[in-house]
Amino acid sequence: MSRPEHIAPPEFFYNDEEAGKYNSNTRIQSIQAEMTERAIELLDPEGPSLLLDIGCGSGISTSIAESYGHVAVGMDISPSMLSVALESQEVEGDMLLADMGNGVPFRAGTFDGVISISAIQWLLNADKTCNVPQRRLNRFFETLYSSMRRGGRAVMQYYPESDRSQQMILDTAKKCGFAGGMVVDHPESKRQKKFYLILQAGGMRTLNTSEMSIEDEKVVAKKRKLKRKHDMSTREYIVHKKDLNRKRGRLSVPKDSKYSGRRRKAAF
Amino acid sequence: MKLLTVNFLTCSNKGCSSTAEAFPLKIEDAKLAIQQMELKPEFLRNIVSRIDWDALLISTRQLGNNSLPEEKPELTEESDEVLLKSLHNVLLETEITEAKMTCGNCGHTYPVFEGIPNMLLSETEI
Repeated sequence: MSRPEHIAPPEFFYNDEEAGKYNSNTRIQSIQAEMTERAIELLDPEGPSLLLDIGCGSGISTSIAESYGHVAVGMDISPSMLSVALESQEVEGDMLLADMGNGVPFRAGTFDGVISISAIQWLLNADKTCNVPQRRLNRFFETLYSSMRRGGRAVMQYYPESDRSQQMILDTAKKCGFAGGMVVDHPESKRQKKFYLILQAGGMRTLNTSEMSIEDEKVVAKKRKLKRKHDMSTREYIVHKKDLNRKRGRLSVPKDSKYSGRRRKAAF
Repeated sequence: MKLLTVNFLTCSNKGCSSTAEAFPLKIEDAKLAIQQMELKPEFLRNIVSRIDWDALLISTRQLGNNSLPEEKPELTEESDEVLLKSLHNVLLETEITEAKMTCGNCGHTYPVFEGIPNMLLSETEI
């Protein structure tokens, strides 16, 4: 199944039809609810707080946050999803039609905490000519940082496309002043794996890590250790040189096969 | 959209966030409604220090309400139930269902429809 971000920008992907499907799908609802509960657990708010829900969509996460006694403000780019949220009447708090890539339009120190469920991966898409993902990421994190009060925490569950996207997001957040890292639930299961980006806007609060093993903050790219020439066997050397030539763009490099670098009879 | 949110909302434009004229957004042609909500005293105590009282006065006067005092009330542990209730009523129960909000700096008008403000900017403004 291809990723939604590769099909269309969010305001077009989540049209009335898709929003309707999303709303009536009980499986999606239960997964989103589970992730919201986990995000609030990781958020660990100190008493009834003013929270921001980024990419609130049909309001599942917003209404759950409210059930804990908080006042939540949601923002989403899809009018259809917001309509669904209005009709369900489950959300008590306010919702905004806004583009997170254009910034979070609130004054400094507004929010005690921020949650986001399955939303921020949409920032990495250049789906309009005016959208430069890095710029959008910068604008998002710098305005988010300023809109939070000192000591506030943001917990954002999302679906990273690759290690590179994870790194890009974390690096941008840090450049904008946040401290934090990733928490991965169910790291062994490819299907159940859930990524939570946890960011701290100043303050000294630590995460309760007793039941968790946290994925290392620094994602180290695996460097293929190149052997020195005399450590490589003839075949390895030949295959390595062919690889280099392909990388350099030579088109006529023969394919590797069981015959590559095979010992030939002396007469050849 | 609650008055509490109006007190925190700014213009989406990059250049406007640091200017004084941009906040609060000027409200015009507003339609109001009262949406009952459970009183949350602890939340009010938490949030009251962050409320910009001058901006709140400006917003409520634009809506035709002159009943708020000039100075921000102190909310102590034994605070008046009446005081809490009136703050609650103004901030959390007064809903703006339709309006036009204008930024004093760039002049962009944000429409509010069905209680949801449209904070999107056109491509030329980003």
